Amino acid sequence: MKTIKELVAGFTDGSYTPTQAVTDYLATIKAQDTEVHAFLATYEAEALAAAALATEAYAAGDIADKPLLGIPLAIKNNILIKDHIATGASRILEQYTAIYDATIIERLRDAGAIFIGSTNMDEFAMGGSTENSAFGPTYNPHDLTRVPGGSSGGSAAAVAANMVPASIGTDTGGSVRQPASYCGLVGYKPTYGAVSRYGLMAMGSSLDQAGPLTHSVADAKLLHDVMSGVDPMDGTTIVEDTYPTVETKSTYTFGVPRSFMADGVDPDVLAAFEAHIETLKAAGHQVVDIELPLFEQGLAAYYIVMPAEVSSNLARYDGIRYGYSAEGKDLLEVYEKSRAEAFGAEVKRRILLGTHVLSSGYYDAYYGKAEIVRRKMRQELTDIFTTVDMILMPTAPTPAFRIGEQTDPLSMYRQDIFTVPVNLTGVPAISFPMGTVERDGSELPVGVQYIAPHAGDERLFDAGVKIYDSSLSSR
Amino acid sequence: MKREDITHLASLSRIKLTDQELDTFGTELSQIVAYVSTVSDIAADEADTAPVVGARYNVLRPDEITNDPDQFTQAILREMPKTQGRSMAVKKILKTE
Repeated sequence: MKTIKELVAGFTDGSYTPTQAVTDYLATIKAQDTEVHAFLATYEAEALAAAALATEAYAAGDIADKPLLGIPLAIKNNILIKDHIATGASRILEQYTAIYDATIIERLRDAGAIFIGSTNMDEFAMGGSTENSAFGPTYNPHDLTRVPGGSSGGSAAAVAANMVPASIGTDTGGSVRQPASYCGLVGYKPTYGAVSRYGLMAMGSSLDQAGPLTHSVADAKLLHDVMSGVDPMDGTTIVEDTYPTVETKSTYTFGVPRSFMADGVDPDVLAAFEAHIETLKAAGHQVVDIELPLFEQGLAAYYIVMPAEVSSNLARYDGIRYGYSAEGKDLLEVYEKSRAEAFGAEVKRRILLGTHVLSSGYYDAYYGKAEIVRRKMRQELTDIFTTVDMILMPTAPTPAFRIGEQTDPLSMYRQDIFTVPVNLTGVPAISFPMGTVERDGSELPVGVQYIAPHAGDERLFDAGVKIYDSSLSSR
Repeated sequence: MKREDITHLASLSRIKLTDQELDTFGTELSQIVAYVSTVSDIAADEADTAPVVGARYNVLRPDEITNDPDQFTQAILREMPKTQGRSMAVKKILKTE
């Protein structure tokens, strides 16, 4: 397995070329993806053509301002790439061709990246296992009987199976970090507004951010730096002085919310977490206990805010303007049948829930209260970050579970307990491997999550490079 | 949640549900709603309840034409389920006697 940095070094010194790299990755996809099912489509001819141009550019030394020149990437299929099918893993968009590039796609393309294919996901990014894809589940390369996590499960599995060196996902409640944890990768959720959402299929507009899945923290930073920055097409993108500066330090103080982790965390995950704390202490960092009482309410608030935004955002899929359209005797029947026939169960469930919490008479009790919880959680975080530099938690309470194991929606939602508070408050967070746990003979990776204040992206990368990337080079 | 509640939500959501979906979503949504109701336990004073949803600023772009005439027309038309010439075709919404 090669990191982006290693590939670029090889391309630059001529020991490897983008054409060889794309050919090798396509061969791995061909050999493995019948089992893993990470991809919904591959762009073979286009990727090889781009690789040939990149190979020539390296030979000519024409590589200025192209930090990703010749790097193949896999893109979650809810991110628009012009002239390619963008399904969101939903039947309703099965035939939908994107008519423009998402801002992040434009930026990655300008930096020299090559798009090798689009990846599987939970339908419209709703789920934590990729089992909700209308086109069948993705399987975890570490154990093919298990889920890769979700909703960016295809993006995670593609990198874990070495079908690409890195991929892009989206994270509304943990959809990059949790699959990174299940697949043994680095996953990054930026500060809300750091990365443009233009050209992403909206799920929860106040929560969504796109982020990379990589083998190293340095690679995650490289991709984030290319994708981030203010965009006139997304009014929520932040500028340099939106938030106070968050400095990097030589050593950090980490806060561990012990009581938040008291229930429902797998003992083996907890043991790996304790071992990680010891590693941090040995490296000279401080680890202290903190209280985050409101974070425990975060999951309930999330399952109000998110479905409310989902029910509004998905109203656009009506069988009229684009996407699947059913025959009906009148306009109402076209709406009702198109949506009934082409949405999956989880999408319907969340639209119904969102419609309920926004309906007259319930709005104040649910959405109004959830927004209050959200505001108070932000305040709680601001207070905590005066005493600690980062918050430390497991990314998910368990390792990857078996395909079909989680049948009850609520128990599936509880997998998100440690990731959703990050999206609700808009702060950045990174997940990277903290060890493995053994299940039925399989070594399953588990991730640790660092959370920093708003605009603390550089601090997370700095800490991640020091703590995780340094452990990679010593292997 | 009663069956008629789910039927009403389905109608507001513009999704036609089968009898079996009405049953399963009824059970599941009751459990989920009971769980998310725990947010109402949070104490809120007056300052907290001030109506603030989302960011309190607006962002404007210059009012300029940024595309050429017909630049996207064919691509957009191609995605429409039903078209008539350069227009989207929809069902009649006014009834005649």
